[in-house]
Amino acid sequence: MGKRQLEMREMAATKRTSSGAGAKADSRSRGAGDNSAPAIADFSKEQELHAYREMLLIRRFEEKAGQLYGMGLIGGFCHLYIGQEAVVVGMQMAKKDGDQMITGYRDHGHMLAMDLDPKGVMAELTGRRGGLSKGKGGSMHMFSKEKHFYGGHGIVGAQVALGTGLGFSNKYRENGNVAMAFFGDGASNQGQVYESFNMAQLWKLPVVYVIENNKYGMGTSVERSSATTDLSQRGASFGIPGEQVDGMDVRAVLAASDRALEHCRSGKGPYILEMVTYRYRGHSMSDPAKYRSKDEVQKMRTEHDPIEQVRKRVLDANWATEEDLKAIDKDVRALVAESAEFAQNDPEPDVSELYTDILL
Amino acid sequence: MPIDILMPALSPTMEEGKLAKWLKAEGDTVTAGDVIAEIETDKATMEVEAVDEGVLGKILVAEGTEGVKVNEKIAILLAEGEDASAADAAASAPAAKAEAPAPAAPAASAAAPVAAAPVASEPAEDPEVPAGTPMKASTVREALRDAMAEEMRRDGDVFVMGEEVAEYQGAYKITQGLLDEFGAKRVIDTPITEHGFAGLGVGAAMAGLKPIVEFMTFNFAMQAIDHIINSAAKTLYMSGGQMGAPIVFRGPNGAAARVGAQHSQDYASWYAHIPGLKVVQPWSAADAKGLLKAAIRDPNPVIFLENEILYGQSFEIPDVEDFVLPIGKAKIERTGSDVTLVSWGIGMTYTMKAADELAAMGISAEVINLRTIRPLDIDTVLASVRKTGRVVTVEEAYPMCSVSSEIAYQVQEKAFDYLDAPILRVTGKDVPMPYAANLEKLALPNVGEVIDAVKAVTYTA
Ligand SMILES: Cc1ncc(C[n+]2csc(CCOP(=O)(O)OP(=O)(O)O)c2C)c(N)n1
Ligand SMILES: [Mg+2]
Repeated sequence: MGKRQLEMREMAATKRTSSGAGAKADSRSRGAGDNSAPAIADFSKEQELHAYREMLLIRRFEEKAGQLYGMGLIGGFCHLYIGQEAVVVGMQMAKKDGDQMITGYRDHGHMLAMDLDPKGVMAELTGRRGGLSKGKGGSMHMFSKEKHFYGGHGIVGAQVALGTGLGFSNKYRENGNVAMAFFGDGASNQGQVYESFNMAQLWKLPVVYVIENNKYGMGTSVERSSATTDLSQRGASFGIPGEQVDGMDVRAVLAASDRALEHCRSGKGPYILEMVTYRYRGHSMSDPAKYRSKDEVQKMRTEHDPIEQVRKRVLDANWATEEDLKAIDKDVRALVAESAEFAQNDPEPDVSELYTDILL
Repeated sequence: MPIDILMPALSPTMEEGKLAKWLKAEGDTVTAGDVIAEIETDKATMEVEAVDEGVLGKILVAEGTEGVKVNEKIAILLAEGEDASAADAAASAPAAKAEAPAPAAPAASAAAPVAAAPVASEPAEDPEVPAGTPMKASTVREALRDAMAEEMRRDGDVFVMGEEVAEYQGAYKITQGLLDEFGAKRVIDTPITEHGFAGLGVGAAMAGLKPIVEFMTFNFAMQAIDHIINSAAKTLYMSGGQMGAPIVFRGPNGAAARVGAQHSQDYASWYAHIPGLKVVQPWSAADAKGLLKAAIRDPNPVIFLENEILYGQSFEIPDVEDFVLPIGKAKIERTGSDVTLVSWGIGMTYTMKAADELAAMGISAEVINLRTIRPLDIDTVLASVRKTGRVVTVEEAYPMCSVSSEIAYQVQEKAFDYLDAPILRVTGKDVPMPYAANLEKLALPNVGEVIDAVKAVTYTA
């Protein structure tokens, strides 16, 4: 394993200060065109508080989903996003109206970040008629045309080619929008990812490929599945610039996203962001996660938690008091409780829905 | 010994071509590798190289001659010192038969024809084409191209992508001229990356564009079938009706000729299995044109299964501004009273010939051209069955879990009391497509098998 990879693997496992990250990010962005922008965005008070609230909403929502799953109210597979919140929130803060997102089955966080009603998301998890897909999609398959969220896909890697098609449509229509295709470290070994990279660069499509490297694809670590573990360089043979980003620090995510989106919007083609992150829970609700140590998880939680990082900064800067933050938490909890309430009381879809929405 | 130069076959499905130009004259010396002539097929102009050395003794087919059959003698090559009289003698000898011997005809069809007066089995009018509509000749290839061009003129969101569709003008020349008219933005050469570009197309369709994705053949779409089924067919349902994929996947499907097992499969029943897809399998040029236009306008994913052997065939099609056929509607090609023959796509070629022969034998066959496989127009089939009481289906695909199986099931379910005989199916054989000419012929259905099946269900053996 090369020195750089080692460094990267340590990145999330060692405590880092924000200033230290700058130099590292520079060395990690080989191939990234104009890299003059800082590795860490300077957040205003409003940005910090916005990020805090958004991430907390995802966290509380997912905790509640886990609870409902345990109660048998959510069926099938349910993949929680806990630990990875900074990735989607940072990207959401960087995007413009009209930019699209598409991801895999670990999609609840993306939908909340895309401003979808938590009630609709939760009710889809419980398979009720008020769910975003009328209860017919389930946890892994949710969409919102209105909010430019294109799913929610259960086939590992499919969203990469589909997201490339979203980028294609932007270029075709010359609408200035950028598509963000999120996928995992495991998905990054799928053949269609490279088919997509090739076409996207060949045709200069505005697509940001966001690899959410949470270190595991189900029970298999990146090291056990991938011949090269610096996933940001997976576009190198196509000439696609890529950077590794501290995906636990929402400011780093925003800074990198700004660069990536600007690159795409200015017609230079696709861009790869490898978000180095971590999921605290098992792959899905039914995964006891025996393939990693409790220490590993604990270390990430205590030293790198994306929400705690913001919380500490806001308090240190005196931008909010403990009470202020508690109030936010209370707000968020109420929102989530309301969504859970709705998701339990909303009726199941009418049986006539069985045969609707098959063809237009 | 003079050497015969024969009309070469330049593609697996070529049967004849035009001798466009001679590049050597009588009396010229030719060495192996020299280009001696140019030949035009419906797909391309190709150069013919000499394989032997000698003097071009006699040209037997003048340049500009159309419809020169493969293996016809086109010139005589003389060895050093031979004179022209040898060429004359050679010219009158029959051409060497390069084709493998045909398999023996099935015993039953070789039996003495049933003594009966010819009966009525009339070509039927297409209710979609009003009487008096002007008609013109068109190949299936031209019909497909025209359909795409017309729809692209009509709607700027329609674009076509696939391997070799633009600059090369299509591997089978279906997209001929489209690049010129619509430019590289809308006629897009893709890398060889079926899974990727199928997914890209579906993504673009989810965002509201209307892609036509050409597969060089549907055999290669197996690499893309995940996106066709999981992404294109299911999204409308999974999104509770919010977004679907208005996309057409099209290309040649089924057996061409002598291309072996991996290039010869008919996928109709695979796609027909899937809710959320429409599956169209045209036979004639009119089917091709009217249905492809409908497919492009359809807001759902449509699988459009063409056939390479049909591309060059010519049919009468309505010569009207905007000829669109309804998807999901079968066409009665011939009316008859003794038996219902149900077929689609290239299966129709056997079926129509069989119906002719049957008429001469005194059996009146009604021929239904399904045109669309999903949704299946079972009502048209049932109406016919209620009249004839007998059904034979004809297709080139494998028998197991075939479209024929489904038709047989639905007919027995919905018209059991009208049946006077078991439903029979004539299909491709249950084997990977063999390469050898004789085995390939055996693996495909033939007219004799259709006639035998009809005799069996009409108890006229
Ligand atoms: C084509 C395909 N193969 C296998 C699976 C089963 N599967 C679901 S998630 C998963 C692991 C993916 O890991 P990764 O891409 O790292 O994403 P993460 O779950 O970590 O977010 C697997 C193997 C699938 N859904 N699709
Ligand atoms: Mg992973």
